[in-house]
Amino acid sequence: MAKAAARKTAPAATPSVERRPALTGRSTTAAAVKVEVLPPAERISLRAPEASVPALSKALGVTLPNKPKTSASKGGRTALWLGPDEWLVIDEAGNDPLADCAGVAALHSAVGISHRNIAIAVTGVGAAATINAGCPQDLSLDAFPVGAASRTILGKTEIVLLRTAADAFRVECWRSFSDYVFTFLSEGSRDAAA
Amino acid sequence: MLLIRCPYCEEERPELEFRNAGEAHIARSANMAGETDDDFEKFFFIRSNPKGIIYERWRHMHGCARFFNAVRDTVTDKFIMTYKAGEPKPSKLPGVGK
Repeated sequence: MAKAAARKTAPAATPSVERRPALTGRSTTAAAVKVEVLPPAERISLRAPEASVPALSKALGVTLPNKPKTSASKGGRTALWLGPDEWLVIDEAGNDPLADCAGVAALHSAVGISHRNIAIAVTGVGAAATINAGCPQDLSLDAFPVGAASRTILGKTEIVLLRTAADAFRVECWRSFSDYVFTFLSEGSRDAAA
Repeated sequence: MLLIRCPYCEEERPELEFRNAGEAHIARSANMAGETDDDFEKFFFIRSNPKGIIYERWRHMHGCARFFNAVRDTVTDKFIMTYKAGEPKPSKLPGVGK
């Protein structure tokens, strides 16, 4: 339902129901880094006890990781470990993970947050330096390998960080903070180039 | 910047991700209505505030978001150890002669 609305692009006809993703299409290119807003995706915030994890993994089609700071990805769907019983599931293939969880009888809480978050891709050799402009975590490949994911902070806001490649990160932030985060990363990218 | 070990994330993380949440191991009475005013005052307001080793609750606010307990020296601001919420007070502290 929300998915169909999110894909809608006709602004004039039905302005009251139109979903307008924040910062659509914005991007900045510095010498060593590209900061770019990613297209909308389906997301859920998932809380579940250990006993429910196998059933939920099966329904979602991706094994929920149980190790801190890790993620698992399969078929355009990524599950990020956020806490001991908490995951962020992002689907970029257009399928709704909320619907997949609905049929699971095992105890869990799945909340749709597709429109709460904005994703920003930071790519290039200076990607880690760009994020480190406001994020205190160690982003070297030893400490934060490809696939590592963590909730952390960037400047004054909370973000969820996922390393998608050696020189690429996905930054998830709340929609209302997205302008701040994008500007912060843009400024950081200029410093990273230096 | 201090590095604090989160027992749930199993690694040291920068202090900016954490919040202090007051003194640890303060048990709430199972019969709160039956508490005398003096006992309630002790439970609710009185904290040990020691110079030296203190047991505190901390929260990994911008990380796994879990509460845990930490042992810290208030003089040096050094974290001696951290352990999961619900675990008993450690009887022996590493690196502390006592």
